[in-house]
Amino acid sequence: MAETKKITFSQATLEAMQEEMERDDTVFVMGEDIARQGGIFGQFKGLPDSFGSDRVRDTPITETAIVGAAVGAALAGMRPIADMHFADFMLVCGDEIYNQMAKVHYMFGGQKTVPMVLRAPDGLINQAAAQHSQSLEAIFQHIPGLKVVAPSNPADAKGLLKSAIRDDNPVIYFEHKALFNTKGDVPVEEYFTPIGKADIVTEGSDLTVVSYSNCLQTVAKPVAEMAEKEGISVELIDLRTISPIDKDAILESVAKTSRLAIIHEAVKQGGVGGEIAAIVAEEGLDYLDAPIMRFGSPFTPVPFARPLEQAYRLKPEAILEGIKRMF
Amino acid sequence: MCAKAILKEPTIPVKDYDRDLLIELYRKMVSIRLFEQKVEHHFLAGDIPGFVHLYIGEEGIGTGVMANLTKEDYIESTHRGHGHTIAKGADLNRMMAEIFGKKTGYCKGKGGSMHIADFSVGMLGANGIVGGGYTLAVGAALASKLREDGRISVVFFGDGASNRGTFHEALNMAAAWKLPVLFVCENNEWASTTPYLTTTSVADIADRAQGYGIPGYMVDGNDVLSVYETSKEVVDYIRSGNGPVLLECKTYRIKGHFVGDPEKYRTKEEVQEVFDNNNPINRFEEKVLEAGVLSREDLDAVYVEVETAIEEAVRYALESPEPDPSELFDDLYV
Repeated sequence: MAETKKITFSQATLEAMQEEMERDDTVFVMGEDIARQGGIFGQFKGLPDSFGSDRVRDTPITETAIVGAAVGAALAGMRPIADMHFADFMLVCGDEIYNQMAKVHYMFGGQKTVPMVLRAPDGLINQAAAQHSQSLEAIFQHIPGLKVVAPSNPADAKGLLKSAIRDDNPVIYFEHKALFNTKGDVPVEEYFTPIGKADIVTEGSDLTVVSYSNCLQTVAKPVAEMAEKEGISVELIDLRTISPIDKDAILESVAKTSRLAIIHEAVKQGGVGGEIAAIVAEEGLDYLDAPIMRFGSPFTPVPFARPLEQAYRLKPEAILEGIKRMF
Repeated sequence: MCAKAILKEPTIPVKDYDRDLLIELYRKMVSIRLFEQKVEHHFLAGDIPGFVHLYIGEEGIGTGVMANLTKEDYIESTHRGHGHTIAKGADLNRMMAEIFGKKTGYCKGKGGSMHIADFSVGMLGANGIVGGGYTLAVGAALASKLREDGRISVVFFGDGASNRGTFHEALNMAAAWKLPVLFVCENNEWASTTPYLTTTSVADIADRAQGYGIPGYMVDGNDVLSVYETSKEVVDYIRSGNGPVLLECKTYRIKGHFVGDPEKYRTKEEVQEVFDNNNPINRFEEKVLEAGVLSREDLDAVYVEVETAIEEAVRYALESPEPDPSELFDDLYV
């Protein structure tokens, strides 16, 4: 077994940045409050000490220009990383993401790639309410040309970020805010987590559960453990990449278990779960012994007050009850 | 230098211009004009699909600005981008083929008129989104600043586009970081089908430079020599590390917003008057003939040469194969 060390998710992303910026001087990062403040979640702390304030660049509060400038810099041969502060703010720069960043490579006939990464802290944390808590991955899964990843642990956080920085395609890197301070084992040797490959977290025979990001840790894992106690053997899949989605891993697993549940923090309606369910319905219906179940947040904006946010959060117990009905 | 917009009149007498430069300016303007006349003809004949937006009557701007750029400098263009692309030195055959949706086009038939790019000459792309190019040009300029490669970035846009939020974000970012960007407003008086003064808070877009602490210049965009002279001055200023400049070139949109636009918002007479009396190619011809630096024969020789090249471009496009349906997924990802 390779040597590992225990570090936080935040430190893991910092190590990825450090390693890639040392290796390649076309890599630079820009965003709001990242140089002097070290990022709003501390994920860039110390980075300017190594690379200076040109390559670790505080921007005006101007998400549209941040993303557009990253696209332009990529077209001019750099490998920019743009930080979105909060994933919600990506909606400020829809044109730059949907029409520019995602389209350039295809609509210009492959003349130029857009090797950039958009770091987007997402998800529920500390009653941050409707405009600082969203999980928006489904929106970007719908746009051809983008790659979208969402690590659930420090090792994948580092491995996926390194892969994203080296990828010649534009990559949106969702990092759940509640994960930043979580710790995990990270290999000491250099490694990469492949984009487009899901991870089988635990093998099982009765039910496939697909999840990703923080929800995998805080909801799907407890659900799987409770299910095991009820005699249901769960194969837990960490999707890791939202687009392009690892269809093979999902279909192979469902072929083995005959049942599928998808759990994500984003609202259920129009979510990634719907896409996964549709893939299995189209290409793996014969494998199924029970209807597919999707579990996501209620179809409301994220509320502020504690009891409301609590009501909004996914409950492992309720999900377990749903799963039991599949048998 | 960053007070009110500076109106620039031509100062160098025509007779003092380098003859080769004059011929080159003329060649570029005529190339754009004849290229677009062919595009218009073949669009109306049904040979060209999609939308095309013509630059006819505005040739002096792209030509005058680009004559001060190197091949390595970057430009970001608009949906009315054929002129910029030709002026930056793109290949006419591959441009025409792209507009016809052919496999041999710059984008293998995936882009069309609104999405031509030629990265080999620093042309980073036309943009179907009005105001879509500003922030990209800022990013390209940031890359130049980080690499200290001495290149500048130029972004072209219309009067209508100067009301997009991206204009303001880009000017602020470029000015705050002193990036080598030239913002060129082609004020053709029409924001799609709306007269710009009915929806724009200032008569002169160049005045908006004041809000960002950068120089704002205004020139007669239909006088290619004025555009050339002024853009030379501002390009030198930008290349010396002084940060961005906003240059407004006053012109007029001779053609509709797109080919096929019924143009109910203005009279044919109004357009004809500008075309007859304030047309950059005619004005240039009169000037050089009057100054005696070029003869009618010189001009005609260039014209015939360009005509042949454009006819060849059309032939190339017509004879080129369409993309194969199997190419649909090519270039989705690297």
